[in-house]
Amino acid sequence: MTSRNGNPMDVVFDASLRLEVEDFLYREAALLDEWRLDEWVTLFTEDARYVVPTTDLPEGDPSENLVFIDDDIVRLRARVVRLNSRHAHREYPWSRTRRFISNVRVTEADGEEVSVTGSCLVYRVRMRQADPYVARFFYRLVRSSPGWKIRYRRAELDLEALDAHGAVSIIL
Amino acid sequence: MEIKDLIIDDRDQGIFKVHRSALTSPELFELEKERVFDRCWLYLGHESEVDKPGEYRRREVAGRPLFFAKGSDGRVRAFLNSCPHRGAMICRHDEGTTESFQCFYHAWTFNNQGQLIGVPDEEGYGPNFQKSQLGLMPPPRVESYRGFCFVSFNPHVEPLVEYLAGAREYLDLIADQSEAGMKITKGTNKYTMRANWKLLCENSMDGYHLAPTHQTYLDYIASLGPDQDGVDVRQRRFGIARALGNGHAVIENEARNGRPIAHWHPMYGEESKEEISGIRAALVNKYGEEWAFRMCDTSRNLLIYPNLVINDIMAITVRVFWPQAPDRMDVTAWNLGPREESSQQLARRLDSFLTFLGPGGFATPDDVEALESCQRGFQAKELEWSDMSRGMHRDPRSNDEQQMRAMWRQWHAHMMGLGHVDTVDQPGRDRLALTPELIATGDD
Repeated sequence: MTSRNGNPMDVVFDASLRLEVEDFLYREAALLDEWRLDEWVTLFTEDARYVVPTTDLPEGDPSENLVFIDDDIVRLRARVVRLNSRHAHREYPWSRTRRFISNVRVTEADGEEVSVTGSCLVYRVRMRQADPYVARFFYRLVRSSPGWKIRYRRAELDLEALDAHGAVSIIL
Repeated sequence: MEIKDLIIDDRDQGIFKVHRSALTSPELFELEKERVFDRCWLYLGHESEVDKPGEYRRREVAGRPLFFAKGSDGRVRAFLNSCPHRGAMICRHDEGTTESFQCFYHAWTFNNQGQLIGVPDEEGYGPNFQKSQLGLMPPPRVESYRGFCFVSFNPHVEPLVEYLAGAREYLDLIADQSEAGMKITKGTNKYTMRANWKLLCENSMDGYHLAPTHQTYLDYIASLGPDQDGVDVRQRRFGIARALGNGHAVIENEARNGRPIAHWHPMYGEESKEEISGIRAALVNKYGEEWAFRMCDTSRNLLIYPNLVINDIMAITVRVFWPQAPDRMDVTAWNLGPREESSQQLARRLDSFLTFLGPGGFATPDDVEALESCQRGFQAKELEWSDMSRGMHRDPRSNDEQQMRAMWRQWHAHMMGLGHVDTVDQPGRDRLALTPELIATGDD
């Protein structure tokens, strides 16, 4: 299964589905911006994957390329434990974040599963610096009751390097 | 303050201090460029990055734009990335494969061996115009050791193998892990730290900070279970430190966090046990138990002075960092592994890398925070000195600071205009390698 979409014009013309997906993404963003990570991590399926490729290889495949993040559900939960602790020093005290999500397209809708892409801008504010992460995102969402679960979540950075940021210490 | 006073190095009293202006002063930063970076061997890249004829990689080394390419003749060459005609950068991509490079400004064309092969409107030049003298210019010196390629802007620098001194053994311990040759994986970590570059020299081989700074990493690994010998990663580990000459230094530790080459940990999965013990057996067979033990069951954090770190820990990372300002460096880091690894082995290695290393790992972000925190702390100028005396009175351990003193002593000598100096705390008290016996005895 490829995470990237071959044809950028692929879109499912279903306005109500898109609204439903957008609403889910906005609520997810709010959980992250409010650092409600314990609630956030329950949005994932047991076979979930969260991937952030390196800046020089946005198409990177974690099984054969070096990426920044490739979490299965075990490591994702460990990441949440870490960020909730007082010992993830890059994020203690927590930074402020604000996520802007736009250009959302549902590119595939296959029964209970949808593929979604779009743009995001995540500001991380800390120590008198406001550093923007600009990225394209991909999701595979599975219908669940109630709402959706995340099976795949990927953020492909447009930055050429983590010049100001120094790290990917927050969830992108 | 005079340069000679920047470091207090009292071997008799066991006191070592570094004046913090060495990490903040714009004047010293400028002087460093000339006295350290213009005189040493500097890391360019790994030969495996340009496997195929015509493949090239663009780099910046000590502020100079460079690139290196494998020529159609199979030889790897490095070039200054500037047109010998009027200066524009010839190589405009970070990587690629090409038969020739054409300068976009006036369309002079060079083959991938650097020869000038095309000059538009060539009849406009007089009889003394010598095309053969106007090829791409290499840096003054280019040499490599077991795949690691270095350049120097000092034409009089000693041969690379001499420069590497005791560090060669540790490059051998890495290169010997593969029959087919080690290979850099695609995907690069590029990030910036708002800190002086020498803080990353210190941090990259600092055994003392592991437990306090990286508690969340250790807890995560421990939550996955103990290693093949039933040992929890949080148990006290024993390790040694060595000054390797010329500013190079290393720490060597018991590996309890798993090593993809051949030290099993539950994070690699039950199904990998057989493959991993097979690799270990093959290495013992080829190199003997002692060398294989070090390769498989111990890990190393190596500094090749001034600014190359090769850490062979839960994965192998090659990390080079370039000062951009007294309080800023750009870091580039890669994953290195045996070329012949199975796809499962490579996947395990990359997964292992991500547990700790890189901007999204469970540890590196906290190092970034630590170094930036130090740099901000230095603004409290009334506190003039950093203490680096730890372990100066005893046989050097990995959680002591001999390895950092080695780097600082060489840096200090260079800054005073001197050459290589003795960087060992106490000659004669040097331990050569981490052995099972040494681990069993420890120092206590």
